[in-house]
Formats: sequence, C-alpha cells, structure tokens
Amino acid sequence: MPISRFRRVLLCGTFAALILTVALLAAACGSTPEESTTSTTIAPSTTSTSTAATESTTTTAGQTSQEFVFGMLFVGPYNDHGWSQAHYEAGTYVESKLPGAKMIYVDKANTSDRPGTTPDQLAEDLVNQGAQMIFFTSDDMKDGAYAFARNHPNIPVVFASGDGAWKDGKDYQNLPNLSDVMGKMEYGKMIAGVAAALTTQTGKIGYLGPLINDETRRLAASVYLGAKYAWTELLKKNPADLKFTVNWIGFWFNIPGVTSDPTQVADNFYNQGFDVVVSGIDTTEALVEAGRLSEAGKKVWAIPYDYVGALDEAPTVALGVPYFNWGPAYLQYVTAAREGQWSSFWQWLAPDWTDINNPDTSIVGFKKGEGLSADASAKVDDFTKALAGGLNLWTGPLNLQDGAPYLKDGEVATDQQIWYLPQLLQGMEGQSVSE
Amino acid sequence: MSDARTSHSTPTRLRSLLTGDAWINFGLQIGALILAFLLTSCILLVAGAPPFEAYKQVFLGAVGSVTSFSNVLVAWVPLLLAAAGVLVTFAAGLWNIGVEGQIVLGAVLTTWVLRLLQDTAISPVVIILLAILAGVVGGALWAVLAGVLKTFGGVNEIFGGLGLNFVATALTLWLIFGPWKRPGIGSMSGTEPFPERLGLPTMAGLRVSPWSLGLGILAVILVFVLLERTYFGLRLKAVGKNTRAAFLLGVPTWQYGLLAFLFCGGLAGLAGAIQVTSVYHRLIPAISSGYGFMGLMIGMLIAYRAIWVAPVALFFAALNIGSIQLPIVLKLDSTLSGVLQGALVLFVLLVEGARQRYMRRVRMRIAAPTTLEAPLSASGET
Repeated sequence: MPISRFRRVLLCGTFAALILTVALLAAACGSTPEESTTSTTIAPSTTSTSTAATESTTTTAGQTSQEFVFGMLFVGPYNDHGWSQAHYEAGTYVESKLPGAKMIYVDKANTSDRPGTTPDQLAEDLVNQGAQMIFFTSDDMKDGAYAFARNHPNIPVVFASGDGAWKDGKDYQNLPNLSDVMGKMEYGKMIAGVAAALTTQTGKIGYLGPLINDETRRLAASVYLGAKYAWTELLKKNPADLKFTVNWIGFWFNIPGVTSDPTQVADNFYNQGFDVVVSGIDTTEALVEAGRLSEAGKKVWAIPYDYVGALDEAPTVALGVPYFNWGPAYLQYVTAAREGQWSSFWQWLAPDWTDINNPDTSIVGFKKGEGLSADASAKVDDFTKALAGGLNLWTGPLNLQDGAPYLKDGEVATDQQIWYLPQLLQGMEGQSVSE
Repeated sequence: MSDARTSHSTPTRLRSLLTGDAWINFGLQIGALILAFLLTSCILLVAGAPPFEAYKQVFLGAVGSVTSFSNVLVAWVPLLLAAAGVLVTFAAGLWNIGVEGQIVLGAVLTTWVLRLLQDTAISPVVIILLAILAGVVGGALWAVLAGVLKTFGGVNEIFGGLGLNFVATALTLWLIFGPWKRPGIGSMSGTEPFPERLGLPTMAGLRVSPWSLGLGILAVILVFVLLERTYFGLRLKAVGKNTRAAFLLGVPTWQYGLLAFLFCGGLAGLAGAIQVTSVYHRLIPAISSGYGFMGLMIGMLIAYRAIWVAPVALFFAALNIGSIQLPIVLKLDSTLSGVLQGALVLFVLLVEGARQRYMRRVRMRIAAPTTLEAPLSASGET
C-alpha cells in the first residue's frame, strides 16, 4: 500500500511536469509565428501611415514611437448591431484617423459570458497585451472601471456613459486618470419618439427597455417627450389617446434564463396592439421581430438603437435609428492620451447641429429608415431643425410618474435634473424602479 | 498484445501490466491528454487559428505574470472546493449535480449576513467570519435538501439537484432584481458592492486572498484525509461501492449519504462565500461562475482520487484564465478552453472504458487456464 501511494504522488508530480513541458513546448514552437502575427496586425495601420505621411517616415524607430495601443472592453459581442458594435467601430475609426493607433479589445465582457472574470481583471489582460489606455464602454463595468482606475493611476481610463468624473455629479470619484464621455442621446430619442408618434395607427407605442437606472429612465422619457410633442403639437390629437408603455428586460441585452427575452417582450407588445416598438436595449430583437411580423402581414414598425447599421436588420419596417457615433470623441481621447495631455474630465456631448449625421463631428445622430412615410420624414426633419434652433422639450410643466412635480411651468431642466431623472414621467406606463 | 495468448510463461507480469500497473494507466491518461489536445488543435485549425500560438497565449495568459497567476489562483480556490466536495459525494456513490446551486446558496446566505451586519458596529473580521459561516451552512442545507429528497422522497439526486439548481438561480434573480436591488436601479447586474472592509484581505496589488487560498488548500487536505485515512472514509466508500453489502455489514447507509451531502454542500457553500467576500464583493446572477459543473468534470477526470484534485483544478483554472488571451490576440472565442476541458474528460473516460473492456477480455482469456488466480486480478486498481 505505501508503495502504491508513493507511486500516486509520484504520478501526480509527473503529470503536472508533463503538462508544464507540453505547455512550454507549445510556447517554444509558437514563438516564431507570434512575431509574424504581430507584424501582420500592425500592417494595416502602417499602410495608412504611409498614405498620410511620406514613405520615408515609416522607419522602424518612427513606427515604434508612433504606435499607441488602446484597449477596449465591450459588454456584448463586438458585432451586436448595437451598443457594442458602435464602440467597436469607433475604435476602428480611431485606427484609421490616427496613424500608429491600434485597438485591442475583449468583447462579451460580462459575468454571464465570461464567468469568473471582472472588468478590471480583463482590462489588466489588455494592459498585459500592450494597451496603454483603457475604454470601459458599458455602465455594467462601473465598479470595475473605478477599481481599475484606482489601482492603475498611470493608465488613462475612459468610462463611456459614466458620471464618475463629473465634479457636479452625484457619483464623483476624484480619480485623476478617469474621464467620462456620453452623447446627448436624449435628442436622438426625442426624434425617435416623434417618428414613432407620427407613424402609429393604434396610438400605442411600446418601449423595450434594458435595465432600470438614471440613464435608461431619461432616455425612455425622452422618447415619450418626443412622442407626446408630435402627438399633440404636430398631429393635434388628444394626449389621452396616446399610450406609452415601458417594459424592462432587466439587462442591456438578453441573457437566457436571467433576463426577460426581448423577442418575447417585443412580440407581446405587437400582439397587444402596440404597432411601434422603440428599442432601448443593446441589440436589435424588436426590429427583427417587427420584420418577421410584417412579413406575416401585420402593420408594425420598430426603431432600433445605438448603431447606425442596425436598420439593415429589417429595413422596410424600420422608422429610423438614433445612434451613437463615438469615433470623433474617442479620437480626441486617444490623441490626448498619446500626447501625454491626459486629464480627468466629464463630457456630455450634444450632436453637431449643423449636421447631426456628420461622421466626423456629431456624437449622436438619427438615420431615417424606409418605414418612415414621406410626410413623417419631412416632419422629422422639421423637428430636428427645431431642436437645432433651440426647442427644448425638457421644459415644464412636467410631473414625475407618481404625480410629484418635476419641472414648474416654464422651468428648463438642468443637466443634473435630466441625468438623474428619478422616475419616469407622468403619462408613461411601466416601472420607474424595480419592485 | 496477442502475446497474451502465446506466452503463458509470464502471465502474472502481463496481467499486472494490463490491470494493476499504474504506469500503464498513466500512459493511457497521457494518451487521452494528447487526444484531447489533438481534437482541440483540429478545431483550432478549422477555425483558421494556429494551434501552437493559441496554446502559447493561453499558457502565457495563465502564468505569464504574477498578476495573471494570482488570477488563476482566484479561480483555483472555488474549483478546489467544488471538486473536493463532489469527491465526497462521489465516494458515497452519489451524483451531486446540485453542487452549482449549493455554491449559489452559499453566496446568497453570505450576502444576506453581510447586508444585515454591514451597518452595525460589529468588527469587520467578525462579520466576515459570520458571513462565511452562513455560506457554509447555506450550501450544506441546500445539499442536505437534495439528500433528503433522495432518501425520503425517492427523488434521484441528479434530478433533485438539477431542480434545486434552478430554484437557487431563480431565488438569486429575484433577490437581485427585487428586495436586494441597488437604490434606484433595477438591473440583473448585481447587488450594491460591499465596502472594501467587508472583503477578505488580498495580497498587495493582487486579487488573490491568502485566506481563501488557505481555506481551499485546507479543504482538499481535509477531504484527502477523510477519504483515504479515516474509518469514516472507508465506510463511505463501502456505501458507494455496494450499498446493500455495506448495510448488511452494519454501516448506516442513508445517514452516510446525507453526511456526504452535508460535507459537499458545506464546501460548495464555502466556495460561494469566497466568491462574494473575495471575488465579486456582491451577489451577481452568475456568482457560481460554473465552478460546480467544472468541479464535477474534475471529479470524473481524476476518477475520484483526492490526491489529483489540486493539480487538475489548477490546470482547469489556468485554462479558464489563460483563454481570455484568445479573443484578444487571435480573435478566437475563449470558450475554446471549455472545449479542451470537455474533450479531456471525454477522452479520459473513453480510454478508461476501453481499458476496462480490454482488461475484462484478457482476464477472461487468462482465467481459462488459471482459474484460481483470476479473482486476484480483479483486486487490482481501477
């Protein structure tokens, strides 16, 4: 018996040693291809360098001093036709505009897709691969972003959609390497609300909401404000005939078994007579479902969110898409980090009102879809112009959902009041906070 | 191999080689390992990725720096606890599929105690201790529930465990979106993080806590001693091998089964408690991180021999952490590590099955001329 036990211990050791050897062997064999892969991945940016600058500048020394690697964490798949893809494309935008800039990323950075990980841990993995600054691109990464910024004070950190660097905000973190950026999507959402109200024939608009927080409440409310405006001011209809219902799935996108199924939620809306569903989630289920039902003969429409290419999922039933164009802002952040000009700041950027769809200047845009009628399309354009001209729907009198006054008559909401909207607005149906 | 029939001069040696000799077993298991790597390499090639580069990235991602290795250790601890736990139930012949839910319940009870006591004047050390203890109790009770369902309700522990896993998840989701929601927020993201003082202290600049590491290692030693060195372990194995025989020999069989559940659940609950107090610092829907099922895989892979838990769990943890490099560097899905883990278990079981079949055949052939010696060969290691 003691011999066999001794043997087992011996075997254990040998086994471990063998695994180690195999791994080392793999490492040794892999070292040559590794160099070739890095050089091939760098290649595209080198070519863009040579187009921008003269051939002679692309010496090895110049290249290394120019190369700047930025790491990005996406909460969903990089090709989700929504929130994450918008950030991914912003990364490629920076790569194309800034010679030497190189993006590395981890997508599906959430605990359901990558069990056992935390955002700060994934960010460290990116740093180990050479990232010199990190973009945390989802609200879901808030705690991880702060933890990472705290533990790595020399690495510039961008937290998209956050308020941790907002000195006048409620969640100011005082981390010198942390900056925030957000687009004033309220405008895009108000335009979406106008398009929805001009199109609905049943007077019932559904809002497919993600989880419930300050951001999602104010965006859902923006859609409602736009819809109410179009309904009462443009169509001159009775406000009581407009039904606006919010249904939250519980997270930014579908996690089977954890969230409500967004396809199911959209389907329920359509089956209950809601003929326009405005999506607030990261992915395109509402539009896909509208396309499916439309093929079956139902008159329904949808408005996706986040990503300009989302319309392609079902072009004929799409009224348009309010989308983020993070590229120009990210270019500014990466340039600042590369040039050592980094400072902590918070930006809540408005669209470029001269052309909200300018890919080089406007962080928020609205692309109209094929489903929008010619008349509605013209009215949407007029509304956009009115917004550019100073029309502000976040003006009192407005009450919160429970009837408590939010804005007095004529009072214009401050940034704080909009950002931290505590409830949905009066007239909206659905949960303001979870029960 | 046809020698078995022709050379009767060395039947004993041959038999010991085929049936009992550990080196043959070892060789076979290495063969399984190679097969698993081959299969994974094929999948990598189909995906258009260089296999060696992929393995290298995984390896470097796991042990390339102190930080990454400490992350491996963070994943190692709950895996150790879950795998060590299921060994106890395996020994008693029980398939504790519910280990996943037991981790979750451990995490839930730990979170509950932390929530209850976080604003009191009680010292953080005491709060953490109580919270971890609550986690152990939570996991143990959830496991005993599966045991009771089996013993008194006639519900097979596999189905009972699966059902209880679902209940545990549903409970977690309800708590996170309902009573334990973050103020003003309704999100499946998780509960409000606990303040730093309510987390297990970590090593400087790293994520791993020496306390959780110590608890994990202690648990494995405990299970090893329990199964290999104690009368209790021997009886437990007797119940596992042949319940009826054990019963006739005077072992209180169902009590032993329940004790095995209790023990395994306690360890799983501890894993959940550590996930809350030292990894996530809050309750999230995926708090168990799949470590329970992975623990079951490890249990099968090592054929329930406690001495192997630590290295194999370390290997699995390293795969999990290292594979995050795959999407970063090679744009590959990191679930590839899961493929390798699954293939490994599959091939080891396959090879073991093939070996046993072959053994039986050889034994029958040899048994014909030397009937008397035959039963002896059966006592060899399996």
